[in-house]
Amino acid sequence: MSFANLLTRIPGGVAQGIIWGIMSLGVYITFRVLKESDLTVDGSFTTGGAVAVMMITSGINPIISLIVAFIAGILTGICTGLIHTKLKIPAILSGILVQFRLYSVNLHIMGMAANISCNPSKFNVLITMRKIPLTIIISLVIAILLIGILYWYFGTEQGSAIRATGNNNKMALAQGININNMKVIGFGLGNGLVALAGGLMAQFQGFADINMGRGAIVIGLAAIIIGEVISEAIFKKGCSFYIRLSAVILGGIIYYLILVVILWLNIDSSDLKLATAIIVMICLAIPNFKKGGTK
Amino acid sequence: MLKVVNLKKTFDKGLVTEKEVLKGISLELKEGDFVTVIGSNGAGKSTLLNSIAGTFSLDEGQIFINDKDVTNLKEFQRAKYIGRVFQDPLTGTAADMWIEENLALANRRGNKRGLKPGITNEERKKYFEVLKGFDLSLENRMTTKVGLLSGGQRQALTLLMATLHKPQILLLDEHTAALDPKTATKVLELTNKVVTENHLTTFMVTHNMKDALKYGNRLIMMNGGKIILDVSGKDKEKLEFNDLLKMFDEAGGVVNDNMILS
Repeated sequence: MSFANLLTRIPGGVAQGIIWGIMSLGVYITFRVLKESDLTVDGSFTTGGAVAVMMITSGINPIISLIVAFIAGILTGICTGLIHTKLKIPAILSGILVQFRLYSVNLHIMGMAANISCNPSKFNVLITMRKIPLTIIISLVIAILLIGILYWYFGTEQGSAIRATGNNNKMALAQGININNMKVIGFGLGNGLVALAGGLMAQFQGFADINMGRGAIVIGLAAIIIGEVISEAIFKKGCSFYIRLSAVILGGIIYYLILVVILWLNIDSSDLKLATAIIVMICLAIPNFKKGGTK
Repeated sequence: MLKVVNLKKTFDKGLVTEKEVLKGISLELKEGDFVTVIGSNGAGKSTLLNSIAGTFSLDEGQIFINDKDVTNLKEFQRAKYIGRVFQDPLTGTAADMWIEENLALANRRGNKRGLKPGITNEERKKYFEVLKGFDLSLENRMTTKVGLLSGGQRQALTLLMATLHKPQILLLDEHTAALDPKTATKVLELTNKVVTENHLTTFMVTHNMKDALKYGNRLIMMNGGKIILDVSGKDKEKLEFNDLLKMFDEAGGVVNDNMILS
């Protein structure tokens, strides 16, 4: 439990933090832009990992695998969106239903195996925990690219319509916005990013696991809230959209570093989820008790 | 311009709370008609307005806008033809978005929303000018979040948004009821100016008889899901407050304080 030992763990924590940060960008779209709680992500993260690993182990280029993982994630989100808007089931339940069924789907993708390894010495991967500095650089480049694309997209007519839908349903309808379509697009895009991050994580850790997405939503929320607390402290209110998105990545990194410290303190790994949930609970509660309360 | 034929709507059908709100309403608005609609609570005025807007489906009846049958169009599809201002100042605008973003959303009402920029520099110039014309001192606060504006400012902005892209019908649902009297008068004056300048076909629900008399070229009184009075032109100009009150009383309308006071 030496301090030097902690330092050696930090780069790996940063790398994973960036990947969880990319996943949290997806959660941000549903949670903050659409203002819906989407629990599909625990399933779609695994879907992304499963798709990427199955493709990489068949010798397909890892970048193409990630793109296909992204598309698979979009499909899961569209399912949630359609269940919510067409069958009129609350979004949170729609997400749970899709997440639940994705367990079976993911097993099928992985050929009914609960765990598929993708050994970086045998297969061509983009990132791996064996090359942490390179992994950090590549993940950061991907994150910056995604932030750029999201910044552009939410400035377009369609992106603005999605924001209006999340902000005020009635106003959006009165302005002729098809709010159901906007929700489906938002859920799709969000889960696409989550699955992309799942594909990155599977490559990083060298395997896809049927349970790798468990708790992803909690980590996503943690990253978003940590990012918001920090960006509001630095920029006060009214920071621009790309700063908010960057803060989500930063939130992911900080969240993971906190986890690294907890692990370094030798807390039993079976208590990790308990610790995570408590961190997230505190992060979610802090803004509610700040001076002046919330809006 | 607007034609509604035999509109019927019952809420909570089959329940103890069942209420027949519209009992076969037929109405025709000519182009440029500025209609004020009064009636006591539960008379069906807001239900009539919302059924024109498409907020819910009808039990019976048809709605035509400019001879186009819109009965089966969804609310967001009808928005192409309709501008709306709501009673609650929070409803008509997106609070977390900037003033210019709200205007840009309104400017695209009825258009397909693709991957073109959500707002252009030419639009910004245009919005600056129209806001200046509205005299709200908002033209220099284009990148302020709408949530930071007062109720009156938000209603005025909603009115601007509803009329930015000229609507075939303007629906106003007691849009000054939630404002203080001074602000309410201001917003009403602004409404009157916008409607007359642009020659807008307008359907304005109000609970204030004086406002109903003062504004518009036609007055409709509703009671119990029916239209019980419909006067326009010279007849409306001649109409006195006391006549209106008497007619309302004779028709079995329940007069409440805020229809007369304020």
